[in-house]
Amino acid sequence: MELQQSSLSSRNLLVPLGSVILALLVGAVFVLIAGENPITAYRVLFVESFGSVRSIATTLQRATPLIFTGLGVAFAFRCGLFNIGAEGQLYVGAIAAAIVGVSFGDLPRVIHLPMAVAAGMAAGGIWAAVPGILKAKLGVHEVINTIMMNFVAYYLTDFLVTGPFHGGRWAPETDRVFPTAALERIFLPTRLNSGIILAVVAIVVVYVILWKTKTGYEIRAVGFNPGAAEYGGISVARNMVLAMVISGAVASLAGVEQVLGVHGRFIQRFSPDLGFMGIAVALLGKNHPVGVFFAAVLFGALRTGGAAMDRLTDVPRELIVIIQAMIIMFVAADELIRRLFPKKRKG
Amino acid sequence: MVENILELSHITKRFPGVVANDDISLGIRKGEIHALVGENGSGKSTLMSIVYGLYQADAGEIIFKGVPVRIGDPRTAIELGLGMVFQHFMLVDTLTVTENVILHAEPHNWGFVDYKRAVSGVEELATAYGLRVDARARVADISVGQEQRVEILKALYRQAEVLILDEPTAVLTPQETEELFQVMNNLREQGTTIVFITHKIKEVLTISDRVSVLRRGKLVGTRNTAETGQRELAEMMVGREVLLRVKKEPAKPAETVVSVAGLQVRDRRGMPAVKDVSLELRRGEVLGIAGVEGNGQQELVEAITGLTTPDTGQVLLRGEPIQALSPMKIKRRGVSYIPEDRHKRGLILEYSVADNLILGLHSDPPFVERYLFRNERQIKAHAARLVESYDVRPPNPDQIIRTLSGGNQQKVVVAREFSRSPEFLVCSQPTRGLDIGAIEFIHQEIIRQRDQGTGVLLVSAELDEILSLSDRIAVMFDGRIVAVLSIDEADEQRLGYLMLGGDPQQAAGEIESGVTAK
Repeated sequence: MELQQSSLSSRNLLVPLGSVILALLVGAVFVLIAGENPITAYRVLFVESFGSVRSIATTLQRATPLIFTGLGVAFAFRCGLFNIGAEGQLYVGAIAAAIVGVSFGDLPRVIHLPMAVAAGMAAGGIWAAVPGILKAKLGVHEVINTIMMNFVAYYLTDFLVTGPFHGGRWAPETDRVFPTAALERIFLPTRLNSGIILAVVAIVVVYVILWKTKTGYEIRAVGFNPGAAEYGGISVARNMVLAMVISGAVASLAGVEQVLGVHGRFIQRFSPDLGFMGIAVALLGKNHPVGVFFAAVLFGALRTGGAAMDRLTDVPRELIVIIQAMIIMFVAADELIRRLFPKKRKG
Repeated sequence: MVENILELSHITKRFPGVVANDDISLGIRKGEIHALVGENGSGKSTLMSIVYGLYQADAGEIIFKGVPVRIGDPRTAIELGLGMVFQHFMLVDTLTVTENVILHAEPHNWGFVDYKRAVSGVEELATAYGLRVDARARVADISVGQEQRVEILKALYRQAEVLILDEPTAVLTPQETEELFQVMNNLREQGTTIVFITHKIKEVLTISDRVSVLRRGKLVGTRNTAETGQRELAEMMVGREVLLRVKKEPAKPAETVVSVAGLQVRDRRGMPAVKDVSLELRRGEVLGIAGVEGNGQQELVEAITGLTTPDTGQVLLRGEPIQALSPMKIKRRGVSYIPEDRHKRGLILEYSVADNLILGLHSDPPFVERYLFRNERQIKAHAARLVESYDVRPPNPDQIIRTLSGGNQQKVVVAREFSRSPEFLVCSQPTRGLDIGAIEFIHQEIIRQRDQGTGVLLVSAELDEILSLSDRIAVMFDGRIVAVLSIDEADEQRLGYLMLGGDPQQAAGEIESGVTAK
């Protein structure tokens, strides 16, 4: 796997684009099996996700949390770390944002909303710091620890939402957050909210950190070659922890957005694997912030259009899962793509 | 009349922007050791890769045993009876020696691998050619020298009649090189033809029967080894006369800049590697550390530069202890370091030349502004200046450094470390794997640093390098400094004797010829 790419050149776009095209072709076979014309099915898929301003808004809304988790995973990748814990990080971020959101009802919006967002980021950052520190100090593999931290996050939030912060209704959820803490809807009747603006800001910030600051220089150096980084006076341990903290803080914003912008409250186990989808988004986006954006939009579009396809044609929405799985498979098998779409070869 | 087993006729190979092989015609005689020499990038590896089927020539013909052949891939080459051992070994670490040797050519019974038969086959083959290696050992557990023997066994197991060795000595210690030459002699006696790619002239003179020199993709000429010498070959390789010794004035050592006292360091496995080492280094002198690799030199250097922490002992820089400081703090006090392995330590291969030129300086002004942001203009200007004054090619600061040749990569490391005007400069194997032109350049730069008043600590496994640059020489054996000689007292024989653990008292007296060999 090529986890480390420095820029989004046309060469780097070959594998992601080729994978998407191949996945759609494989998907077409399944459409045929379902007894539907692939062209019809894909037209519905496209029109319903990009065909109108409203459908574009829905697509962007679906893409927003994936941008956050994708960025988070990509950031850790740049430091050579595989953060499988975005799911847990977004849960603790979500519950922290919800707790601040249902408390402090008398605060003005300019304070309450940033406070809720900051609480979520802090929780996600701390959650990711634990496997970061274990990796940096003891060499324990971060994949194991981030996975285990996911389970801790599930059960911790289960407890909080059914115990101390259980809302007034029967369901396992908190009360509604105060309007002063909500990310407002910006395109009714869709659920697109100002979280998308936060996502764009996050893309820019991540890009600037990675390529315009000395911190990014150090983090990428550790990711490429820890031995040379150490020789260059860069603390490998410190940068690993820092990268995990930033990764977790960014990933947790997915949960924050879902709570403050979509559901308006924390609901037990609300996430449809947004954190794990983030790994796929990062992979498809070649760990580049801009690539992550387009990958997230694609995945958002597939979910939006998939639901419509299910309604309007004989193709079940599970086709989307097949297409997504195929994309990941082809991205991982990048050598296959290079051979199927040969460019002029270098000697 | 001598028969050519392999003949290359008018081979031409172009890569974008370069002609790697330009109309090369070459005959390899049956049963000879034919050395192929040239600087890095002269096209010798490309030529042999064409023979082995890794590349296709754009023009020309390969004639094997009198028949023109088309070698489309390595499998065809192997079937013809060609074998190649690359610089980077292609072995499966988790498998045993035998399993690696028989891979894809397994002896089998009813679909099951006959491992016993395989082991005895491999052992027989190993004994026949004097390739000492344990057939049942896992490759992960054996030394680099042994891995190379496994590669040679692989080729022989597939009945190679012509064996191509691509810079086989680059990864070997002097003893292992000796042993390899013995094996090559055995192979020649039993009729195997060997093409030996190298850029070390001494090795050519020691082992080969004939030698062909390439320069910039062209064949300069072929000589009988017995009828040529170091000077002629060097001139053929470089295209002009080369200084085999560095021109320099006598040193003018000033006050002590570094003193090491009672230093003890453990290696990665926790074994004592540096045992009670004390050293003094003055401004304006080069102190060479001679020794067979693996006698504690690397641990000593890493302790001095802050990459490992010593158990006990002191390192004083201008009288102040630095042994507990971080590598960054030590750098900031005026210590530069050319690390032994530029790929593992010295460079970030995915970074551009410009970004590599600020490694270690990246968090200091002028490369950072407002404590956090990169100052791209300064980084560019710094790179442009150094690329020009150290003649890095191609002179493009934005080029990813992985795509540069080894010599130019090392020039980037040298440029970065030397341009900081250090007070104390540590050079560890500064010219390993480089061609004569680059070696000459780096040697002159080291002497220039010395003459500017820097204290230079030079660690090298090449005795030539130690002897031509040092003003004083400390010999390291088994983690200790066993002797410190002035350059006038030192010669190759005496150093060799001490490096192998000879008694320093006796070394001071007369040395019998041949003592150095054992």
